[in-house]
Amino acid sequence: MFAYYLQLGLRSLRRNPMLTTLMVMAIGFGVAASMITYSVFRAVSDDPIPNKSSQLFVPQVDGWGPQQNDNGEIPGALNYVDAMALMRAHKASRQTLIYPVMLSALGRDADSVPTSASGYAVTGDFFPMFEVPFLYGSGWNADEDDHRAADVVLTQEFNQRMFGGANSVGKEIQFGGNTYRIVGITKHWNPAPRFYAVWGEDGFSEAPDFYVLLNRMLDLHIDSSGRNSCRGNLTFTGWDQWLQSNCIWLMPWVELDTSSEVAQYRQFLTSYATDQQHAGRFGWPANVRLLDVMAFLTQQNVVPPESRISLIVALCFFVICLVNTIGLLLAKFMRRAGEIGVRRALGATRREIYTQYLLEAASVGIAGGLLGLLLTAVGMSAVTLLFDAEIAQLAHMDLSLIALTLLLAILATVAAAFYPAWRAAQVQPAWQLKSN
Amino acid sequence: MLKMTHLSKVYRTEVVETYALRDFNIDVKEGEFVAVTGPSGSGKTTFLTIAGLLETFTGGEYHLDGIEVSQLNDNARSKIRNEKIGFIFQAFNLIPDLNVFDNVEVPLRYRGMKAPERKERIMGALDRVGLASRAKHYPAELSGGQQQRVAIARALAGSPRLLLADEPTGNLDTQMARGVLELLEEIHREGATIVMVTHDPELAARAQRNVHIIDGQVVDLAEDPRFHTAYTAAAGQIRS
Repeated sequence: MFAYYLQLGLRSLRRNPMLTTLMVMAIGFGVAASMITYSVFRAVSDDPIPNKSSQLFVPQVDGWGPQQNDNGEIPGALNYVDAMALMRAHKASRQTLIYPVMLSALGRDADSVPTSASGYAVTGDFFPMFEVPFLYGSGWNADEDDHRAADVVLTQEFNQRMFGGANSVGKEIQFGGNTYRIVGITKHWNPAPRFYAVWGEDGFSEAPDFYVLLNRMLDLHIDSSGRNSCRGNLTFTGWDQWLQSNCIWLMPWVELDTSSEVAQYRQFLTSYATDQQHAGRFGWPANVRLLDVMAFLTQQNVVPPESRISLIVALCFFVICLVNTIGLLLAKFMRRAGEIGVRRALGATRREIYTQYLLEAASVGIAGGLLGLLLTAVGMSAVTLLFDAEIAQLAHMDLSLIALTLLLAILATVAAAFYPAWRAAQVQPAWQLKSN
Repeated sequence: MLKMTHLSKVYRTEVVETYALRDFNIDVKEGEFVAVTGPSGSGKTTFLTIAGLLETFTGGEYHLDGIEVSQLNDNARSKIRNEKIGFIFQAFNLIPDLNVFDNVEVPLRYRGMKAPERKERIMGALDRVGLASRAKHYPAELSGGQQQRVAIARALAGSPRLLLADEPTGNLDTQMARGVLELLEEIHREGATIVMVTHDPELAARAQRNVHIIDGQVVDLAEDPRFHTAYTAAAGQIRS
């Protein structure tokens, strides 16, 4: 009977072309608006590293105290003293510190010209922790971290710019006037949002150019090119006092594979903060957090407010479209009360009439979904009108969005048909046949 | 086959109760061709819709093919309608978007019959009413008489035990009406039980038995010389 009902539904689409067109347009426009904004929302709110996001944590230690925190919120990054203390303790299986740097880069070719390059100062664990994919070579290890090796990893995009995409592992490149040995070329890797450095960044900018040893950058007194935040009177002068200040600018990450490791690390953080209080560095009780990737992204409000608002507005629009569809379906179904009466007289149960009309609505939903797909595809090119270019470029149609568009259109239309189909099933055959 | 005992049907509003049928008794035997007659508003159609399980009744008993139907739920009533009853309506009630074949197929679909058997039955029924060649036509492409023949084919396709006809020739001209009536008589001769509501004396006279309804009650024509004389005269004219 399913095929029969669907056949009847498709046939009924042709019966009232005007009514059908109105319903299909209502569903199509509603679902397209929802899907376009959802595609942006999904891009900015998705788990950027789904297979490891529950094992990667940001340790946070309150180094400012409740009086100086923003709205009582614990700082999102660490100052140098706390960051180094956590690294030295090495309580996690893998750990890294990250800060952004901006350097002038110069290739070794005679005709090479200096170019500005942005990258991250990281430790060797950065690459295995975040499963950075490599095209050539690899990252560096802890020994090289300790020995302040002049190693650098280039991204595929930067390698293309500087070396035409060739395997440049083993070659040398200058950054900020210092020579570095290229040890690895990453494949394209730019998670959205760029969770590992989202503090101080919007998280959706273009991929960086390189990754360089953090210890070497510190030795060279290379400052953060990103955000830093300080409290109190800033009386320090020079690099060493900057490192000893309460300014936060280092992003710590640890990898903890089991819940007991998480519990132990949390305990360690508390102990560390308590020790600092006892030592007189912190004039407040221990206040620490250990956030996994998604919790950290939530804390940092990574999802742009306009993305959330536009999604809500689009969903409201879709609901209005559905309400209109309910009215149109009701008119369409009740116009056929006579046919319903005949079908009931010939043996159709109420349930069969209900199912028939729900499937008829589903056929409207299919048509609306197809129109919605078309409009979504067209609308994707207009996303830049609503969002910043770097966020708009994240919106794209893939198989899951196509499937979701069709599914949403069908399910929403079927849901909208619950009441009209119920009314159709309640038609009294005797009255219909008498009135004829 | 169809037996109603002290049956009543009351339509109630906040201020008034209207009896459509009152202490209604009828017993139609298997194989009978019964005409139910009466003036407009007498309750003929209400009787037919209750007989066809299209409407519930307020009191009394109704046995259809030995089944007491008052306690049946919607599914059971639908199943009985589908399997035991064939309907022929005055307005034909064909579904305009379906062609002749698909119209006749409707009750068989609800019976869950396999496609080959459906096709065999549909073509058999259409052949019987002389419209096998019009299977792909739509109702709007047929004359009134042909549409009623399609409706009869639809009623016959499921091999019902009982055929209920409501003014089957009411919307037809004389020639078409005669054709439809002859078809009904032929179906009856083959053993079908037919209950036909009509206020056409000519049609009623062609039935085996007449039941007359006035004010929702069956009136015995044999005990009322006025009706008896009128119908006998009408029947005589038709036969001559």
